Amino acid sequence: MHIHFLDPFIAGQSAIHRLDPRVKFVLAVAFILTAALTPSGAWPVYVLLFALAMGVIVLSELGVGFVFRRAVLALPFVLAALPVIFTLPGVPLFSLSLGSWGLTATADGVERFVSIALKSWISVQIAIVLSSSTPFPELMVAMRAARVPRLLVSIFGLMWRYLFVLADEAMRLLRARSARSGATGLPGMKVGGSISWRGRVAGGMAGNLFLRAIERSDRIYVAMLSRGYDGEVRDLPLPPLRALHWLVLICGVALLGMLAIFGFLFYG
Amino acid sequence: MHHEIEVSGLSFAYPDGHVALRNVSLHITPCEKVALVGPNGAGKSTLILHLNGILNGGSGTVSVCGLEVKKENLARVRAMVGLVFQSPDDQLFSPTVYDDVAYGPIYQGLSAAEVDGRVREALQAVRMSNYARRVSHHLSMGEKKRIAIATVLSMKPEILVLDEPTAGLDPRARRDLIKLLDDLPITMLVSTHDLRMVQELFPRMVIMDEGRIVADGETAVLLKDQALLEAHGLELP
Amino acid sequence: MLYAPLPMHIPDGFLSVLVSLVLWAATILVVGYSLRRVGQDLGERQAPLMGVLAAAIFAGQMLNFTVAGGTSGHLMGAAIATILLGPWAAILVLTTVVGVQALVFQDGGLLVLGANIFNMGIVGVAVSYFVYRTFQRLANGKPWGIFVGGFIAAWASIFIAALAVALQLAFSGTSPANIALPAMGGIHALIGLGEGLITVGALAFLYATRRDLVTAGEGQVKASSAVWVAGLLIALALAIASPLASAHPDGLEWVAEQRGFLDAAREPLYNVIPDYVLPGIANESLATILAGILGALIVFFIALGVAYTRRKRGTAS
Repeated sequence: MHIHFLDPFIAGQSAIHRLDPRVKFVLAVAFILTAALTPSGAWPVYVLLFALAMGVIVLSELGVGFVFRRAVLALPFVLAALPVIFTLPGVPLFSLSLGSWGLTATADGVERFVSIALKSWISVQIAIVLSSSTPFPELMVAMRAARVPRLLVSIFGLMWRYLFVLADEAMRLLRARSARSGATGLPGMKVGGSISWRGRVAGGMAGNLFLRAIERSDRIYVAMLSRGYDGEVRDLPLPPLRALHWLVLICGVALLGMLAIFGFLFYG
Repeated sequence: MHHEIEVSGLSFAYPDGHVALRNVSLHITPCEKVALVGPNGAGKSTLILHLNGILNGGSGTVSVCGLEVKKENLARVRAMVGLVFQSPDDQLFSPTVYDDVAYGPIYQGLSAAEVDGRVREALQAVRMSNYARRVSHHLSMGEKKRIAIATVLSMKPEILVLDEPTAGLDPRARRDLIKLLDDLPITMLVSTHDLRMVQELFPRMVIMDEGRIVADGETAVLLKDQALLEAHGLELP
Repeated sequence: MLYAPLPMHIPDGFLSVLVSLVLWAATILVVGYSLRRVGQDLGERQAPLMGVLAAAIFAGQMLNFTVAGGTSGHLMGAAIATILLGPWAAILVLTTVVGVQALVFQDGGLLVLGANIFNMGIVGVAVSYFVYRTFQRLANGKPWGIFVGGFIAAWASIFIAALAVALQLAFSGTSPANIALPAMGGIHALIGLGEGLITVGALAFLYATRRDLVTAGEGQVKASSAVWVAGLLIALALAIASPLASAHPDGLEWVAEQRGFLDAAREPLYNVIPDYVLPGIANESLATILAGILGALIVFFIALGVAYTRRKRGTAS
């Protein structure tokens, strides 16, 4: 079995799928930048950004439910921002007492916390649309257009090519381990060994994976040499951007810029 | 009497929608040696992975030694079913042969002395006693396959399940392995493309194709049925 | 699906733009320099080795082990990459791993990608290299230097990177330093033990099978003393700054001062826009409601358009 379901790309024919990856990439980053620039408590701007994200999700035809479910991924990190509710000075809202500890939530703290959570949630939605509507080779086109050095782009490409092969190997290692992780059911036996032993076994599996990866890279290198590789990474030149895509890019950046300025002026 | 392996009405589909098993039923009695044959993608490996609960979530039931394979029983089932994977590289993840063979017993919580005894016995059973301190990665394919078998024998399983044990072996290593399998006094289910080995070693054979069991009977009889073999992409040796 | 994110990847929204951009700049500089160095050191073999090893580290993060109570330990990989490849190539490998995690799997944000690469790639690798080289020197070629050094390098790479994350959150005003530092530090002091165990296990496997891979880095001592110093400085700076920042969270409130400064700068700008430009929108909740209605309309019309083109596509094919 292959774990191709790991690749989040979902083929489609929507306007978002067909948009030039370079434009998509720039707009996604501009969107996230705008969200980041939006001050705490600028609710109208958040609402508009959310509407924009929703519009893009609908336009991408990926399904609102799909994007929302995946967007939960960034949720646990919200814990890191939880303390600001109680530590930011401002108008007190409510108090919690944990034994001798008293915590007082402030309106400013809640505002900051909700703003951070919203920013994060809206941003991750856009990132999901980007990765689910853009196959990896097209993301690499965007990286090249962003002047990422060719060596780094080619490392990305090789990594992607072998990621699924090695993820398969890792999964077979995990299977082989769980197949031998048995218990006799007899009383008085501590099943599972010590934590440090289990950690070292997992490490042995990682070592096994790395070794096979290194040996594989030797074979790949020989195969590349035999096809004329000389250490220099060459690419075909990128095609020019079509007029329509230019238009989308300019309009998108202008719209986001206006939102950013709006938030900055009225709520900063 | 209870069957050593009892699979009834098992169906399974992978998360990507591919249906791998369709209503499979199979009974194996103690000390029986059964071969599982069929083309690639027939569902042999999927069936094998159900026998100790690596895969689950389909419909139907699997029982091993009278114990149903389900979450509560997984650890005990895994101690009873010794699963040997096709690629020994996946199975040998410890620095030395000794560490790998000791994995199962240590996990079961045996004492150091017992673990040592188990490792010795298992290595002796596969006639690799001198290899305890060797590094698995440097061994030949045939040697790795034997060590892989030792890694499950050390758990003293009731049933040995092997996936393609002779794949990738040269003729001499293959011959040694067949002799080894013949000598092991244990219930055995072996998935393979090696019909010559089946003919030689396994009185009973089960043919799978497209997720179904299409034939189950005496090897000598089934191997004479030219039409059946051809229909399922098998070639008589 | 099989892939469990570490609590080390910062998502978008948690770092201020200023912190994000400063760390992008630092990351670009270091990664750019690493690319040059790798070009000199490893020669033409570089791309396949680094690409496949990056894939292996990503896949290796799936190899977990149960610790207790449903939690599990797994690998970040900065230390093992540093030991196998040396610091410069390790930075590139980690950059690739963290980059793909953010770009494709939303594990970590895009605007904060520079920060994530900085924490896991640059800080993780520099600290690993500093600790590992120090123990190698102390051990003077004896194998214990590899294992003890590997364990502590792995632990320190996680711990120090977590402190860096906590400081960045504090500087961004997302989490107060006196809570973020002990919390992140405490959790990752434990997670680091898992990293250390796996790293030692991997080193033991490689030491037994291909000793040349584990000891290969020894030749690069002179070439990489800059990284050693950088690692020392990062470790020291964070070790000293963290308790200080944690004891005096106000020390970090220069951010707030800056805020005041920005407000002052904005005041005249704000006055330029006469009140009547957007009449009635002085009321905040009204503005929010208006924005909501406008947003709903936008989404509604886009949905309408999509449904229409879908139907057209359906009838056309």
